[in-house]
Amino acid sequence: MKRVAIKDHTAEANLFARRSVIALAIVSVMMMMLISNLYYLQVKRHEDYQTRSNGNRIKVLPVAPNRGLIYDRNGVLLAENKPVFSLQITLEEVDELDATVAELAELLDISQEQIDDFYRDIKRQRRFKPVAIINRLNPIQVAIFSANQHRFDGVRIDARLTRHYPYGEALTHVLGYVARINKKDLQKLSVDGLEANYAATHDMGKQGVEKYHESTLHGTVGYQEVEVNSQGRIIRTLDFQPPVPGQDIVLNLDINMQLEAQKALEGKRASVVVIDTNTGGILTLYSNPSYDPNLFVHGISSKNYRELLQSPDRPLINRATQGQYPPASTVKPFLAVLGLEEGVITPESRVFDNGKYKLKNVNHVWREMTPWGHGWTDVKKAIEVSCNFFFYDLAYRTGIDRISDSMSEFGFGDYTGIDLYEESDGIMPSRGWKRAYKNQPWYIGDTILIGIGQSYWTATPLQLAHALSTLVNKGTRYIPQIRQGNMTAEGIMQEPPKELRPIVVKNEQNWDVVLESMHAVIHGEQGTARRAFKDAHYNAAGKTGTAQVVGYAQDEEFDADKVTDRNRDNAMYIGFAPSKNPEIAIAVAVENAGGGSSAAAPVARQLMDYYFKDRKDLVKTDTPEQEEQEEQLN
Amino acid sequence: MQRTKITTDKRSFLERIHIDGPLLVGLLVLMAVGLVTIYSAGGQDIDLIHRQLVRLGVAVTVMFAIAQVPVLAFKRISPYFYVIGILMLLGVLFFGVMGGGAKRWLDLGLFRFQPSEIMKLAVPMMVAGFISQHNLPPKTQHIFIGFILVAVPTLLIAKQPDLGTSLLIASSGLFVLFLAGMRWKLIMMIGLLGSAFTPIMWFFLMKEYQKQRVLTFLNPESDPLGSGYHIIQSKIAIGSGGLEGKGWLQGTQSQLEFLPERHTDFIFAVFSEEFGLLGVVTLLAIYAFIVMRGIIIAMRAQEAYAKLLAGSITLTFFVYVFVNMGMVSGILPVVGVPLPLVSYGGTSMVTLLAGFGMLMSISTQKRLLSRE
Repeated sequence: MKRVAIKDHTAEANLFARRSVIALAIVSVMMMMLISNLYYLQVKRHEDYQTRSNGNRIKVLPVAPNRGLIYDRNGVLLAENKPVFSLQITLEEVDELDATVAELAELLDISQEQIDDFYRDIKRQRRFKPVAIINRLNPIQVAIFSANQHRFDGVRIDARLTRHYPYGEALTHVLGYVARINKKDLQKLSVDGLEANYAATHDMGKQGVEKYHESTLHGTVGYQEVEVNSQGRIIRTLDFQPPVPGQDIVLNLDINMQLEAQKALEGKRASVVVIDTNTGGILTLYSNPSYDPNLFVHGISSKNYRELLQSPDRPLINRATQGQYPPASTVKPFLAVLGLEEGVITPESRVFDNGKYKLKNVNHVWREMTPWGHGWTDVKKAIEVSCNFFFYDLAYRTGIDRISDSMSEFGFGDYTGIDLYEESDGIMPSRGWKRAYKNQPWYIGDTILIGIGQSYWTATPLQLAHALSTLVNKGTRYIPQIRQGNMTAEGIMQEPPKELRPIVVKNEQNWDVVLESMHAVIHGEQGTARRAFKDAHYNAAGKTGTAQVVGYAQDEEFDADKVTDRNRDNAMYIGFAPSKNPEIAIAVAVENAGGGSSAAAPVARQLMDYYFKDRKDLVKTDTPEQEEQEEQLN
Repeated sequence: MQRTKITTDKRSFLERIHIDGPLLVGLLVLMAVGLVTIYSAGGQDIDLIHRQLVRLGVAVTVMFAIAQVPVLAFKRISPYFYVIGILMLLGVLFFGVMGGGAKRWLDLGLFRFQPSEIMKLAVPMMVAGFISQHNLPPKTQHIFIGFILVAVPTLLIAKQPDLGTSLLIASSGLFVLFLAGMRWKLIMMIGLLGSAFTPIMWFFLMKEYQKQRVLTFLNPESDPLGSGYHIIQSKIAIGSGGLEGKGWLQGTQSQLEFLPERHTDFIFAVFSEEFGLLGVVTLLAIYAFIVMRGIIIAMRAQEAYAKLLAGSITLTFFVYVFVNMGMVSGILPVVGVPLPLVSYGGTSMVTLLAGFGMLMSISTQKRLLSRE
C-alpha cells in the first residue's frame, strides 16, 4: 500500500512533459489553421472582400440635371425653373420636437393635416434625415421663418427647382407641362433603358413640347460618390461628377402673337394655327378654353382635375391638333388644284349655277347657299363666292378615288408630324375607308358632298394650315415644327426645315390660278371674306368655310339647354398673307359660331394685323396684277 | 534556514515579489494592443479607454495579489472553492437575474455577480487537486470522477445558457485530465462517445437560437441581413484588410459601423482590418509566446498539482484565443467569447488575470516547494 502511495516524481514529470509537448503540437496545428484561414481571407480573397467593403461604404448618389429652358422665337422665357422652398426638420438636431412643431405651427400657420403628415413621415425616416413639415412655403412664410431661424435649431429651409410656366394657360397646349414621374413612366423609362438617367429626376414632360422634346430638355444625370456609414449617413463626398443640364430650346412660336390669339378666341371653343410658310415653323398654336399647366407641376388636386375632365368645353383637348372638324368650303382651293391638274376644269371653263345641282337618273337635289344660284361660274368666281354647285360638279366629275389620293398628298387623313404627341389624323374618306369603317359601299352622293368638304371628311386646323402652306408653296411641303432649334453658347442652333415629298404638278400655273382666286376671296367684289379684311394695310388671301355639324364632341350627353347652341355651324377659315410672296398661313376653327366669314375670318384678320403691324413695306392693292404693275413702276 | 536564505538572496527582485517577467511583458503588450484597438473600434472614445484602464488596473492588482499566494493554499481551498461555485450556480438556476436572454447573474445587492467566472478557475483547481492526490497517470475510475467534476458545472452553465463559458470550463477540466496522462484509448472512446452525443445534443439539448447559430455558421450568406450579418461583415472586414491592413483608425468596416460588437467580441475583425495579415500574425505570435511561457512554467513546476493547474490555465487561455478568432473569421460558430486581454470588458478579464496570478505564483514559488 505504502509503495503505491509513494510518488514517482521523475516519471510524472516525464509524463507531463510528453503530454505538454503533444498539447503544444496541437496548439501549433490550431494556430496554423487560424493563420491559413486568415491568409485565405486576407490574401487570396482580398480583392473580393475589398470590393464588398467598398460596396458597403461607398454609395453613388444620382444628381438630377437642371431641365433645359424654353424660349420663344424672340428669346422670351416660356418655361423656367423656379426654386420652391420647403421647411424641413431634422429630428436628431431638435431638442424638443413637440414644442418646436407647436411653435412653428403658430408662427407659420401650419394646418393640423400638415402636422399629422409630418409626424407620420418622421417616424419612417432616420433621425439624421430631414423631413418636410411644409412642402411649399409662400414668400411670407419664408420671410417670417428667416427672421426667426435662430430660435429653431434643426429646422431649415430647403430649395428645389421646379418648372414654372409664366404664361400659364396661353401656352398649355403647346408646351404641355411636366409632372411627377409615376409608375407608368418608370416602366417606360425602364423599357427604354433610361432609368439610370432619371434616377434623381423628380418630374418629366407629360404633354406638349415638354413631352416631345423630353430627351433634349432633360439632360444627363450626375453622380456624387459618397462614403456612408451603416445607417446610411453621409460621412463625406469622395467624388462628384456634375450633371449635364438639359438643352435650352427655342421655339418658332411668337409669344405675343400667341397672346393675341388667346385674346381673339376668348370665350369661344376655338383654335388657331399660324405657320411660317417658308419654314413650316409654328408661329402660333392656340386652343381655347385652356387651363393652367402649373397646376399639374405641383400635383393637381383631384377636384380640380375632375372639373377639367368633366367640363363640357373639354379644355384638356388641344383643338388645334386634335379637333377633327368637317373642313367644309375651306377645301375648295385644294380641289380646284386637282380639277385643273386633271383637266376636269380649266381656268376658263364655266358651269351654270342655277342653285340646284342634279344628276341624271338620281332623284336628289344638292342645294346652293343662295337659292337662285350664282349663274355662270368659273373656278375663280367659284372660290371667291364659295360656289357649291361648281364643286359638286367638280367632285362628281373627278371621282372619289382621284380626290382621295390627291387630298392625301396635301396631308389630309394623316398626321402632319408636328413635334407634339397630341395630334389626330382626321379622316380623308375613300371607298376602302368607307367599306372598312362603315361597312357600306361608296355612293355617288358621298362624292358630291366631298366637293364641299362635308360627308365623312374631317381635318384638324393644323392639317388645314399645313395643306394651305403646301398650296402657297406650290407643292413644297414642310413638316410643321414648334421647335426652332437648341440654344447654345454660340446662339440658336437652327434646325433646317424638314421637307416632305413635294406635290408635283403638270402645270405650275394651276397653283397661281387658285392662289389668285383666294386673293379674290378678300379683294374681290363678292369675296366672302372681304368684310373681315376691310381696310387691311396688306394683301391677304383666304377661304371661308361653314360646316353644318353637331358640336365637336359627338359623345356628349344630351342637354336640352345646350343642344341648340351645339347644333350651330362651325366657322372655318384658312388664309395667307401677303398674297404675293406669302409669309404666313393660318387656319381658324370656331365651334358652333356660325359662318366662317363672320366668325372665323376676323380671328385671322386680328392675327395678321398683329403680324404685319410694323411692316411698312407692304403694298395694298386690289389685285395681284395691280401689285405687279406697281412694283414695276417703282 | 541557511540554504533557504542563500537561495533567497539569489532570487531576483521580480522573483521576490512573485512576478514572472516574460509573462508580465507578454500580458502588458497584449493589453496595449487591446487599448489601441479599442480606441479605434470604439470610435475614438477616450472614456472607453479610461474605463478599460480602470478594469485593467483592478485585474492586474488581482493578478499581483494572487501571485503572492502559495500554490499549496490553492490546493487546499480547491474543494471549498469548487463547492461554493457549484452552490452559486445552483443559486443562479433558482434565483438568478435575467439579462440578454440568459440567466447568468446573482444579484448580491451591491453588485451583480457571475458565478460561472469562479468556475473557470475552480474547475481546473478542483480536478487538478483531485487527480494529483493519486499517482499519475490516473486510474480509470479517477478519470471518471474527474469527468463528473467537469460535467456538473459545465451542464449548469450550459443551461443558463452560456455556451461559450461552458465550453471553456469543460476544456479547462479536460486539459487537466489530458495532461495528467489519461490513456489514449480512453481519449479515443470519449471522442467517439462525444460524436455519438452530438445528434442527441442537437435534437434534445440545444435551444432554437443555438441551432440557428450553427446553421448560420455553416452558411452565413443564407441570411445576410439577419443572423448572417455579423459573420459576413466580420469576414469582409478581415478580408478587406489584406496583407498590410488599412491602417489604424482607417478601417472602414469598423469606423463606419458596419461591423457589429466592434470593441467587444468582434474586436479581432477590427484589428485584422486595420493591421492586416502582418498584424494578425504578430498578434498570434504574442499569444503563442504567452502560451509557450505558460507551458514552460508548468513543466518547471515540481509538484503535480502545480503542473496540472498551470498547464490547464495556459491551454484554456489558448482555447479562448482560438474560439474567438475562429468565430470572428468564420471557421467556428458564433459563441460569445471575447478575445482575451484585447476585447473591452470586465469580469472575464479579472478571472483571466487571476489565472495568470496563479501561473506567476507557481513560476516563482517552485523552489520553496522543492521538497514536500
